[in-house]
Amino acid sequence: MNTTIMLFLLQDGITNGAIYALLGLALVLVFAVTRVILIPQGEFVTYGALTYASLAAGQMPGTAKLALALGIGAFAFDLFVARKAMHTRLIVRSFLTNIVLPAIVLALTIYFAAQKPPVAICIALSLVIVAMIGLYLYRIAFQPLAHTSVLVLLIASVGVHLALQGLGLLFFGAEGQRGPAVLSTAFTAGSLRFTGQSITVYAITIAFIVGLWLFFGLTLYGKALRATAVNRLGARLAGIRTTLSGQIAFLLASVIGALSGIMIVPITTLYYDSGFLIGLKGFVAAIIGGLVSYPLTAVAALVVGIVEAFSSFYASNYKEVIVFMLLIPVLLLRSLAAPAVEEEKD
Amino acid sequence: MQSRLPILIFALLMAAIPFVPGVPPFWIVLLDNIGLAALVAMGLVLLTGVGGLTSFGQAAFVGFGAYTTAVLSTAYGLSPWLTLPLSLAVSGLFAVLLGLITVRLSGHYLPLGTLAWGLGLFYLFSKLEFLGRNDGISAIPPLSIGSFKMLSPGSIYYAIWVAVLVSALLTMNLLDSRTGRAIRALRRGHVAAEAFGVHTPRAKLLVFIHAAVLAGLSGWLYAHLQRAVTPTPFGAHAGIEYLFIAVVGGAGYVWGGVLGAAIVVILKEVLQSYLPLILPGSGQVETIVFGIMLVALLQLAPGGVWPWLMSFLPERTSGKKPDTSLKLEQRSRPAGQSGVLLQVEKARKQFGGVVAVNNVSFDVQAREIVALIGPNGAGKSTTFNLITGVLSATSGSISVLGKKVDKAPPQEIVKLGISRTFQHVKLVPDMTVLENVAIGAHLRGHSGPLASMLRLDRTDEAKLLAEAARQIERVGLADQMHQLAGSLSLGQQRIVEIARALCVDPTLLLLDEPAAGLRHMEKQRLATLLRELRDGGMSVLLVEHDMGFVMNLADRIVVLDFGTKIAEGTPATIKTNPEVIKAYLGVAA
Repeated sequence: MNTTIMLFLLQDGITNGAIYALLGLALVLVFAVTRVILIPQGEFVTYGALTYASLAAGQMPGTAKLALALGIGAFAFDLFVARKAMHTRLIVRSFLTNIVLPAIVLALTIYFAAQKPPVAICIALSLVIVAMIGLYLYRIAFQPLAHTSVLVLLIASVGVHLALQGLGLLFFGAEGQRGPAVLSTAFTAGSLRFTGQSITVYAITIAFIVGLWLFFGLTLYGKALRATAVNRLGARLAGIRTTLSGQIAFLLASVIGALSGIMIVPITTLYYDSGFLIGLKGFVAAIIGGLVSYPLTAVAALVVGIVEAFSSFYASNYKEVIVFMLLIPVLLLRSLAAPAVEEEKD
Repeated sequence: MQSRLPILIFALLMAAIPFVPGVPPFWIVLLDNIGLAALVAMGLVLLTGVGGLTSFGQAAFVGFGAYTTAVLSTAYGLSPWLTLPLSLAVSGLFAVLLGLITVRLSGHYLPLGTLAWGLGLFYLFSKLEFLGRNDGISAIPPLSIGSFKMLSPGSIYYAIWVAVLVSALLTMNLLDSRTGRAIRALRRGHVAAEAFGVHTPRAKLLVFIHAAVLAGLSGWLYAHLQRAVTPTPFGAHAGIEYLFIAVVGGAGYVWGGVLGAAIVVILKEVLQSYLPLILPGSGQVETIVFGIMLVALLQLAPGGVWPWLMSFLPERTSGKKPDTSLKLEQRSRPAGQSGVLLQVEKARKQFGGVVAVNNVSFDVQAREIVALIGPNGAGKSTTFNLITGVLSATSGSISVLGKKVDKAPPQEIVKLGISRTFQHVKLVPDMTVLENVAIGAHLRGHSGPLASMLRLDRTDEAKLLAEAARQIERVGLADQMHQLAGSLSLGQQRIVEIARALCVDPTLLLLDEPAAGLRHMEKQRLATLLRELRDGGMSVLLVEHDMGFVMNLADRIVVLDFGTKIAEGTPATIKTNPEVIKAYLGVAA
C-alpha cells in the first residue's frame, strides 16, 4: 500500500467517522436524559436525507404530511391527559406547537416543492420537518412509557423504528436517492482533495461535540437534563419538568440525525432502510464511549470510521463483521475492569 | 409447584389439532412457526424476564443450530438425529465464549453488546464460503424415523411441539429448584444472592447457555422444516423480534413465551394477508401497523399479555407446607463455651477522600450479642460490608475463628458461618416468603441445574424447603409462608431476612437495623428470639437505632462516630459515657 491510498482511506474513514460521531452523540444524549436506546435514530438520518433530496429534486416529501399527522396525534394525547382540568393556556400552546406549526410547514413545503427551491431552503425545511417528527414521536410513543424499565423503552423504540422504516418505503419508494452538495467548492492539498462537503461535515461535528459538552457540563439546564436521567422523581421534586427534558433530547437527536443525513446524501446514495445500519455504527461508538462520555464517543466513532474504511479496502466482504466485532475486545476490557458494588436496578 | 394438569390438557389439545377435520394445512405451518419461535422466546424468558439479562443476539444462536446441521447433513451426510446433539453443542459452546465476555456487563451494555455480536455473526454467516454465503445451503435431508420421512409441515409438527413441551417442562423444573431460585434472584442485583453463596457470574452464564441451547434446538428444527437455510432469518431484525415476542407474552413467564410467539406469528400473518385488501399500496404497510401496535400494546400492558390473562384466574396462595421433619446437616460448632469468633483489627475503608471506617477494632465472642451503634453516617453499614466481603478493606485485618478473611469474597465468608440481613431489604418481591428464605440455605443443598431439570433433586429440595419452613416458623411468620415477599409490610420483610440468614445455620448473625419498622410487641418478640439464639450457641452483631431495644438486649456495645470507635463497653457504662452523649446530643450546654 502506498501513502496516497492510506491517506485516502484515512480521509474517507474520518468523514464517515464524523457522521458516526454525531449519531453516537445523539444516542448518548437521548439515553442519558430519557433512558431510551434510540433505534429510530437511523430513520431520522434517512428522513432528513431523503426529504432534502426529494425537495431538491422538486418532489413533495411525504414526511411533511407525517409530521402533521403525528402532530394531531400528539395533540390528542395532550387533550386526553388534560381532560380533567382543561387549562386554556396549555391547550392553546399544545394546539400551536402540535397542529398550527406542522400545518404551516406543510403549506410551505407544498409551495416550495413545486418550484425546485434553493439548497438553503431545502435544508431548513428538512430539518424542521424531521425535528417535529422527533418531538411528536416522543410525546406519542415514549412519554407515556417514561416511568417503565429500559427494556420496555427499548422494545417501544424497536416498534417506532419498524413503523418509521415502513413509512419510509411508502414515502420515498425503494429507489435510492442522492442530493445536491451543500457546498460545491473544493481544493487539493498534496494528493488529497478536500470537498466543501467533507469540510462542512467536520465543522458541524466539532461544533456539536463542543456545544453538547459545554451545555451538559456547564449550564444549569444541561445539568437539569442529566438529573432527569439519574432520578426522574427526584428531578421533578426539585422543580425540573421531566417531560420537557425528554422533548428537548428528542428534538436535538432528530435535528442531529437529519443533519447527518443531509450531509451524507450528496456523498452516498441512501435508501429508505440505509439508516438502520448507519445508526448502528453510531451505536458501536456510543457503547465504546460507555453511553456517558461525549469526547470518548467522538474518538470511538472516528476509530469505527477508519477501521471501516481500511477493512473495506482489504477485506470488503468482512467489512461489517470487522466493525461489529470491534466491540468484543472493548466489552472484554470493560468486563475485566469489573464493576464495583452495584445497587439493584429497576 | 403448579399442577401438571393444564399442561397435559394443552399437550393433548396440540396433539389433536392436526386430526380435526377441516383444519387448513396452512394453520399447521403457522403452528410450526409458532413452536419454533416459542422455543427461542422461552430461552429469552429465562434470560431476560427472570434473569434480567437482555439479549438481542438470540437469532445468531438459532443460526448456529441451523447451520451446524445444514453443513453436517449435506456436506458430510450425517443423519439429522446425529447432528442434533452437535447443533446444541455448537450453540452452547458459542454461548460459553460470548457469555464469558457478555454476562459480566451490567445494565444497558449487555443488550447493546448482544446486538453488536448478533450483527457481526449475521454478516459472518452471509460471507463464509462453506456456509454458502448469501445463498445459504439447500437440499437438507428431512427428519426421518425408519422409512417415515417428515417431509410435510404436518409431519414435523409433532417433533416441534414435543420439543416445545419438553423444553417448557425442563425450564419450569429448573426455575422451581435451588438453582432456579439463584437465577430468579439475579434480577434484583447480586449483593444479596452472593451473601448466601450464590456465584452470580456462573448463574448468569448458566441461563445464557440454557437460552442459547433452546435457540439452537429451534434452529435445528428450522433447518429440517425448511430444508434450506439462508442468513436472513438470523439477522438483527430476527433477534429483535424474538425479544419482542418474549415481552409481548410476558417476559417473566415460560408460557408467556409460547403465548407471545402465537400472538406475534398470527398477527404478522393476518396483517400480511389482510392489510393489502384494506389499504392497497406498496408493501410494508404491515410493518408500519406492526410497529404501531407494538408501541400501543406496551402502553396498555407493559407487563405482557400472559400475566394480564392470569389476573382473571382466581388467585392460588395456599401452597403445600413442606414436611418439616426432614433435616439438613448442621454445621459443627466450635467446642467450648468461649473464644473469639470475629476479630476486627484496625479496619479502614476509604472512598476517595472520605474515610468511612477509620482504624476500627473490636471483637465478637462466642455466645454474645454485640451492638454497633452510632449516629447516621458513622460507618456501621460499611463495617458490615467489610466483614461480609461486599467491600474490601483499604487496610487492617478481619479474621473469623483466627482465619484472615479480609480479601475473601462474600461467597467464602458465608461458608464460614457468617450470615447477614440488609439495612435496605433485599428480597425478591415476586418470589414467595418460603422461596426467599430457601435462598439462605443455598450452600446446604447440592443439586445442580441438570438434576433440577430432570427432577432428580427432589429429596435435596424437600430438605431445603423444610429448613426454610422451620426458620419461618421460628421467626413467627408461618401464616405468610406462601405469600409473595413483596406483599408483606416492611417490618415483616425484615423478619423474613432474618429467617433467610438463619437458614445458613450461622455461628455469627449480622443484623442491620432489624427492629426498624417493627411495632412494640414485634420488637419484644425479636429480642426474645435473639436471646434464644444466643443461648443456643450463636453470636449476634447488630446495628440498631432503637436505644431501648439495644440497651436491654446487648451484652456489649461498640459506638462509632464519623468512622471512628469512640467507646466500647456494657450498656450501663455506655449510657453514662460523656463521649457517647456528646456524639448523639452535641456538646452539653
